[in-house]
Amino acid sequence: MTEALYTQLLDLACGGLLLTAALALWRVRLAVVVRVFVLQGVALAGLGAVLAIHGVSVQLWAVAAGLLVLRAGVLPYLFSRAAAAEPVRAAARPLVAGSVSLLAVAALTLLAFVVARPLVELAPPGGGKAASAAIPVGVAVVLTGFFVLATRRGALPQLAGLLLMDNGITAVALLTGAGLALLVQAAVALDVLLVLVILQLSATRTRETVGDTDLDELRELRDS
Amino acid sequence: MTVFMFAPVAVPLLGAIAYAALGWRAATAWLGAIAAALVLAAGIGVAIEVVDAGQFSAGAGLLRADALTAFLLLVVGAVAVLATVATPAHLAAELEAGRATERTARWHCAAVQLLIAVLSLAVLAADLGMLVAGIEAAVLATGFLVGQGASRAAAEAAWKLVVVCSAGLALALLGTVLIAYVGSDVDGMRIAVVLLVVGFGALAGLAPLHAWSPDAHGQAPAPVAALLSGALLSVAGYGLLRVKALSDLALGITFGRVLLAALAVVSLLVAASLLLAQRDYQRMLAYSSTGQLGLVALGAAIGGPLALTAVLLHLFGHGLAKAVLFLGAGRIRQVTGTSRIDGVRGLAARHPMLAGAFGAGILALLGLPPFSLFASGLGIARAGFAAGLGWLVAPVLVLVLAIAVALIAHTSRMLLGEPPDSPGAATGVVRLPGSTTAALLGGLAVCAAAGIAAEPLATLLRLAADTLVGTP
Repeated sequence: MTEALYTQLLDLACGGLLLTAALALWRVRLAVVVRVFVLQGVALAGLGAVLAIHGVSVQLWAVAAGLLVLRAGVLPYLFSRAAAAEPVRAAARPLVAGSVSLLAVAALTLLAFVVARPLVELAPPGGGKAASAAIPVGVAVVLTGFFVLATRRGALPQLAGLLLMDNGITAVALLTGAGLALLVQAAVALDVLLVLVILQLSATRTRETVGDTDLDELRELRDS
Repeated sequence: MTVFMFAPVAVPLLGAIAYAALGWRAATAWLGAIAAALVLAAGIGVAIEVVDAGQFSAGAGLLRADALTAFLLLVVGAVAVLATVATPAHLAAELEAGRATERTARWHCAAVQLLIAVLSLAVLAADLGMLVAGIEAAVLATGFLVGQGASRAAAEAAWKLVVVCSAGLALALLGTVLIAYVGSDVDGMRIAVVLLVVGFGALAGLAPLHAWSPDAHGQAPAPVAALLSGALLSVAGYGLLRVKALSDLALGITFGRVLLAALAVVSLLVAASLLLAQRDYQRMLAYSSTGQLGLVALGAAIGGPLALTAVLLHLFGHGLAKAVLFLGAGRIRQVTGTSRIDGVRGLAARHPMLAGAFGAGILALLGLPPFSLFASGLGIARAGFAAGLGWLVAPVLVLVLAIAVALIAHTSRMLLGEPPDSPGAATGVVRLPGSTTAALLGGLAVCAAAGIAAEPLATLLRLAADTLVGTP
């Protein structure tokens, strides 16, 4: 693979990540968000694959395959199941929605590029420049996830924020050339958590469609 | 001595499996306490080994024990013993009141054992990534335990805990990834350190990401609240200490100092302002934890052997005192049926032992001698003045004083005065279950002993502080 093609493919994968992050923030309907997550998982796995081809690394191929299964398959599937168990009711309006949220993504992306500039300048000599230049994209996805977490009401939309953060961190780990141990630790720490939380959540949801317990308002507890 | 290193993780894991398989019954009631005692014993074993022979590692380099981890293992073990000793009486009362079933009791015990195991794993982890993964597992176990309450409020508290702490841990994880990448670059290191400090700060219940703490502590069953406040917050504080050591090495002391001092002051401000008008005694204790961990962050910001020794002793004393207080608070809630401060009156007349232990716990928390928080609080303040940070320490002392006034005012309203004489209520003194008494008094006794005669701990503390001052 030529250097130019490598850079283009890398940028394509990172562009996909950023675009899907913006879509996940823009769209409120969970069914759409699930499909966006599948796309983002594919982009992330694609990023891994591009790096694997460029670095001729079997380990990275394995990581890319794992990401494809986990982030484009298992997690979106579980998420959609939990969303299906969601009791039918008027969707809780997020605090920030629509075109304003797109402006927020733009601002967050700018912020990511400013904050992560020292990281870009750290490009290792020889070949690593394209990957390092894309680190701010990963940071932007993490920030977008944090933004979703902070502005969405309800358990599942907030969970979507965590999924975004998870994907962003993985992207940063891939782009910084983190070792296999670190990648696996990151996966263990966050993905296992997400899987268990989603499972628990959908179990609770199914059980409680009868009752009136829901987390959407999140205002039971306060200092009164 | 690898057996001491695997035991704190393996024994509670076995305990969890045993509870999951056998359920909660008379025969297994004390299993948890035995497992916790073994964790504490292994911690003591590690401590002796480390003092004699220096640090060692096991498990293909994944686990590492030095004086610092040995000390934290003692904190986790001690808090775990208190919490598990009080568990049978707590569960028996909950079962009797119909708030728990055999099934929830079984999973409660299993999850508590799992929590102890992953906390030990986090402490023994050789690198930051493992530490974060261990804490993440602990957050999950705690979230499950808090959510068991099945009420709407409990579900909300559990969700807040899991979401806020996961977001914090995600940031810490990003910081960990970046640390590996930036090497010795100053600007890159700054980004990584900020992410790690905010992440572990969220876990330690420090402002601005403290919102989960009062909810989770308020809704958790008493033994879980004790573990959460005494052990999980301590492990998060330990994470902060390790990040500060890394930051000092790469960036000099000023950067980490400014960051942690800011967190400390904001946390103490939040704690003081929300404590003054607090109406719920479990939330009151949680906000006090935010303030105490703020003091820990302040000590870490000051740095140097004196401050760090004091900080570690503070984690130990705070863990024990808070465990006693949350166990006491859980019992108060069981006997009065309310968690509101104005719902509890004249506790001392009807429940002298419970009221006495709770009052003594509050005094320990406020740093009155003979309890160890006196020595550690004084140590942090002295180190601050010695480091030329008097301008920072003096206003913090004012905030600490405000917190103390609020705690004393709320507690004295609960403990003193005439008990309410509702018709039909039994009169006379109500006895506290023996095991609960043992846990409350034992915790207070150890907290006082560590304050009066810290000699057996002193060597370990000095070595642990050296680990933080010298190498990462």
